[in-house]
Amino acid sequence: MSNVFIAFQANEESYPIVEAILADNPKAQAVHSPGLVKIDAPDSLTIRRETIEGQTGRPFDLQQLHINLVTLSGHIDEDDDQFTLSWKH
Amino acid sequence: MTIDLQAREIQPLRHTYAHVAQYIGGDKHATRYQEATLGAQPSANFHYRPTWDPEHEIFDTGRSAVKLADWYVLRDPRQFYYASWTMTRARQQDAMESNYQFVEQRGLVGKMSDAVRAKACDLLMPLRHAAWGGNMNNCSIAAYGYGTAFTAPAMFHAMDHLGTAQYLTRLGLALDEPAVLEAGRQAWLDDPRWQVLRRYVEDTLVLSDPFELFVAQNLALDAQLYPLVYGSFVDDHLAMQGGTAVAMLTAFMPEWHDESAKWVDAVVKTAAAESDANRSLIGGWARAWAERAQAALAPVAELALGDAGQAALADARGALDTRLKKSGLA
Repeated sequence: MSNVFIAFQANEESYPIVEAILADNPKAQAVHSPGLVKIDAPDSLTIRRETIEGQTGRPFDLQQLHINLVTLSGHIDEDDDQFTLSWKH
Repeated sequence: MTIDLQAREIQPLRHTYAHVAQYIGGDKHATRYQEATLGAQPSANFHYRPTWDPEHEIFDTGRSAVKLADWYVLRDPRQFYYASWTMTRARQQDAMESNYQFVEQRGLVGKMSDAVRAKACDLLMPLRHAAWGGNMNNCSIAAYGYGTAFTAPAMFHAMDHLGTAQYLTRLGLALDEPAVLEAGRQAWLDDPRWQVLRRYVEDTLVLSDPFELFVAQNLALDAQLYPLVYGSFVDDHLAMQGGTAVAMLTAFMPEWHDESAKWVDAVVKTAAAESDANRSLIGGWARAWAERAQAALAPVAELALGDAGQAALADARGALDTRLKKSGLA
């Protein structure tokens, strides 16, 4: 078992994304460091558009997360509704 | 010489303001919406009552018959505060500008038949005045309502109504000569088919209970007017007859109505859930004003869609009743 991670700039825009990830991935852990939030999760991590929209009450385009994305590790599987990091091919 | 740069983490002493923490249950990370909204209502240290209304304080919960222990429960699910609201509307304005550019560059207005163009003007130009009524009414809700969570979005809603009126004006100027605006005004003032709606709008202008006004304007009237006019008439009826340009130039309105309906429903649902007295009060207002709004829109539906008008209006009323049921009011 190895971790995947994703890190965002710590700001108002990425806050609902981080909250949504923590809600959808019970095993994920957020590590706060100056100006940065890094989320580690064993095996895989999923970001769901619907959960973020539930947080903000407004439509969200998953591509918007790239604005505050700093770094990530894992293979990406994404469509309009979800963005998943894992080590599966 | 070497300089050793180190990142040092500074932990904030507290995560939000004390008056916000009071509402979100302790010193937690608060969103900008919460910080801009919670605890922002002025509530103390007013020395004098307003001379124009000595029965009430300047900000007084007693102006509405609806009773809430805490008016901050009426949160906006869209979480609009000034910045998020302006950014959202700016994006929509950009989209509308490109729609205008598309229509103008391709001369789509010229490709519409005169009959369709005249029909669009006949129906949409008098509605500028109905939208202005919506602007005035929401200003009134913002002025006499209580609690920033309720009044701030009402002010945004007022400006949105003004935006709708401006889009209609611009549409009129794109479709025809400026005289078409005056013709619309004359129809609003004199044409018997508009008088029932005009009476509704003018009667709501003098409603003094801000919550009743909210129900009469934003729920009972708009929930039937927007689906009828911008759904059944513009998007379905006109577009079928080659009037797609009109649908493009009014694209903001149905989009805005769907978005703001979430706020309107959340407000009445939360207020009704607080007590049975609120529920029967708001439910009574909603039924009475919905009935009146349907009657006011009947001649408009006839003007727009002829014989099919009443069925389209009944559909809009049915959709409103479903919304009321979901909010626990039916």
